[in-house]
Amino acid sequence: MTNTDIKNKIETLQSDLTFSQEDGDMLCIEVSKDTLKDFLTKLKNDADLSFDYLFALTGMDFGEDLGVIYHLESTKHRNLIQITAKISDRENPEIDSIHEVFPAAYYNEMEAHEFFGIKFKGHPDLKHLFLPEDWDKGFPMRKDYTDVNMLVR
Amino acid sequence: MKEEFLTDQLKTQEYFLNMGPQHPATHGVLRLLLKLDGEILRNVDMDLGFIHRSIEKMCERDTYKQIVHLTDRLDYLSSHINNEAVALLVEKALNIEVNDRIKIIRTIMDELTRISSHVLWWGVMGMDIGALTTFMYGFRERELINDIFEETCGARLTMNYNLIGGLRYDIHENFVKRVKDFVAHFKKKLPEYDKLLTGNIIFRKRLEGIGYISKEDAIAYGLNGPTARGSGVSCDIRKIHPYSAYDMVDFEEAIYTEGDSYARYKVRIKEMWQSLSIIEQLIDKIPEGEYKVKTKAVIKLPAGSFVQRVESARGDFGVFAYSDGQKFPYRFKFRSPGFANLTALNKMSKGLKIADLVAILSTIDVVVPDIDR
Amino acid sequence: MILNIFTDIHELLLGLMSEEAAHILELVLIAAGYLGIFAILGLLLVWLERRVAGFFQLRLGPNRVGPMGLFQTIADALKLVSKELTGTVKADMQLYKLAPYFVITTALMSLALIPFSYEIHAFDINIGLFFLTSVSSIGVIGIFLAGWASNNKYSLIGGMRTGIQMISYELSVGMSIVTMVVLAGTLQISEIVEIQKDGWLIFKGHIPALIAFMVFMIAGTAESNRTPFDLVEAESELGAGFHTEYSGMNFAYYFLAEFVNLFIISSVAVVLFFGGWLSPFGITDSIPFAGLFWFGIKVVGVIFIFMWFRWTFPRFRIDQLLTLEWKYLLPINIVNIVLMALMVWLGLTF
Repeated sequence: MTNTDIKNKIETLQSDLTFSQEDGDMLCIEVSKDTLKDFLTKLKNDADLSFDYLFALTGMDFGEDLGVIYHLESTKHRNLIQITAKISDRENPEIDSIHEVFPAAYYNEMEAHEFFGIKFKGHPDLKHLFLPEDWDKGFPMRKDYTDVNMLVR
Repeated sequence: MKEEFLTDQLKTQEYFLNMGPQHPATHGVLRLLLKLDGEILRNVDMDLGFIHRSIEKMCERDTYKQIVHLTDRLDYLSSHINNEAVALLVEKALNIEVNDRIKIIRTIMDELTRISSHVLWWGVMGMDIGALTTFMYGFRERELINDIFEETCGARLTMNYNLIGGLRYDIHENFVKRVKDFVAHFKKKLPEYDKLLTGNIIFRKRLEGIGYISKEDAIAYGLNGPTARGSGVSCDIRKIHPYSAYDMVDFEEAIYTEGDSYARYKVRIKEMWQSLSIIEQLIDKIPEGEYKVKTKAVIKLPAGSFVQRVESARGDFGVFAYSDGQKFPYRFKFRSPGFANLTALNKMSKGLKIADLVAILSTIDVVVPDIDR
Repeated sequence: MILNIFTDIHELLLGLMSEEAAHILELVLIAAGYLGIFAILGLLLVWLERRVAGFFQLRLGPNRVGPMGLFQTIADALKLVSKELTGTVKADMQLYKLAPYFVITTALMSLALIPFSYEIHAFDINIGLFFLTSVSSIGVIGIFLAGWASNNKYSLIGGMRTGIQMISYELSVGMSIVTMVVLAGTLQISEIVEIQKDGWLIFKGHIPALIAFMVFMIAGTAESNRTPFDLVEAESELGAGFHTEYSGMNFAYYFLAEFVNLFIISSVAVVLFFGGWLSPFGITDSIPFAGLFWFGIKVVGVIFIFMWFRWTFPRFRIDQLLTLEWKYLLPINIVNIVLMALMVWLGLTF
């Protein structure tokens, strides 16, 4: 399937989407964080698209907003798409957990939580995975994080 | 029946066992928290980060040329393939065309890396199951590959041989001969591996039916590489999204459908044969030409998102760059194959025994620096 | 001529002191001698294991200290002696310190029953084999105690595994010994050897003896906690199993006892199946102490087979271990005893 096919198909599923990089090898979609879980479920269950493989879940700090980027692949058609969900609240960022739809997201969400402070609603165990259990110095992967040992260019 | 008897007639108490970070079976500094009932696993939880170096954050202050070298330190057993992922990503984003010589040399080195990683895995696999001799057998062949690497680029493990737009050095004049010698040698030695371990009845009983994961679950948990191919998922990036010279060669994707540890074992053994065949097809085809394409001193990626996936020895290694047009990436993410494979560990090992956990951990072939990044 | 040395010493002591005192002194001397044998055997076997391992693993093994690295294990032993004895704070200290002595004492006691040659056989009683099996089964208490008293979960799992494994495989070892006793008609070790003068028992008893030998080898490997039955230590699963918390000499006791047990198992195999100290076709039976040579050769041969197992096979899982014993070895053994009894009754043995 070409990017245009995917775009046309996806547009029938949901309306509030922004598309970009349509001529690249990967279609980028931005979706509101409130409809994200529904949207991903639809993408997974749709017979024609079947984006069933969560390739990567990336926490993001866009400067103003925080966000999560999901890369989904269809094991049938082998198309990769990128889905971005932005969260505007930096103090108490919340987004729906998708680990029920994609079990692969479980540990990735824990990673995004501890490095970006993004709370995944519905995730049963958002404990520290990489950082020490008593870590309280903030969220290291955010752009505004500073540390005395950090090399700044 | 067994379970009912346990709960009805005997009082048992579940307890926690801390496995790692210093433990022979965790291949480095992985920490597993086991919830056990006697020797039966009730739950496997993991605690990571003992070797976390925050490479993703470091990449945000490094130029793209510098990032290539950082990737060596992720999955150190397939360092060449990791380097290639970043190099390919930048080449794709900037439309840098490399010639066939570079592509073929890269592919041959990829496959040598894969063999050297699988050979080490095979040795450690035997050791985890209790056959100590396999480790030495594995190292015998690994040494030969490392010698080839050393002669080519001066390093044996973290090679830094790939650059954006080519290779650091041209191949050594002995390269072709030594690779051919190695292929001939390894073809004789691989059946020896089967004799020592694969056919052993104890070994097979230890792996068959253990750590089963279905095809659907394998996809849902994001398994990749040989681990997923043992469950019948076709996921070889070399086939699906060919890069470098993989579209010039003819090879078979190693897939077994049993979904147990033994299937994963067989996948890797078969992959070694396929790697040999790929090297054989390419080694005589290295054309004359430049080994490096001229690139700008300062590389700036256009704004946007870029993903490059390669098939590392452990699976689907992905690099995701989010660029805002500067010379440093805004966000650089490594999609680690080992991390994804490890997420299914609990699913695979629940209800089995400690010894099975060790075997499963071995067949999903974790490298902890790759998981911790 | 050399035979006379013992009587000379005896007479010398009698001349110096009363008969009881001389008797006790002789016992002490023999015990000291056996301690020496114990230490030397342990060290030699460790050296042999490392050389054999090197041979199997495409490497050299120890080859720097002394000729062919013979003194390497002595250097290692000195290192172990000089090491600090550490332990966990929460360990049950009395049991923790007591445990190694169970293992080492039982190994030493069993050693007394081993006939090195016609002349060197410290304790030859009429229930020799029975005594040997009962004594060597006490050793498991030491391992069990170590697992329990270390207050470490890995040690505990190792200890529990030992309990299961030892109790199960003790049966098979015992049963295969009984099979051979049916053929030999005596429990006294020296007599068992003597009746093999016209042919080793493995040939005399042919089919059932061969089966008994195979079962004995399998169960013997399990008894001495060696691969493929080394679940007790299983370094890839349990770190070091029951002796995780032991250091220095306490660890060395376990280490040495393990190798001496290997020697004892091999010696029993040699006595029961390969004619003990007897030379093939009686070629050197008239020479005193020649038995020592033949016994040594045979034991090293059997030990080599055990080492071959160790460096080739992967390890069993605990349930597979029990399946093998209770579902295969034990039934085979029982049938085999009946078969052997029938053979002896019908006079079908050679």
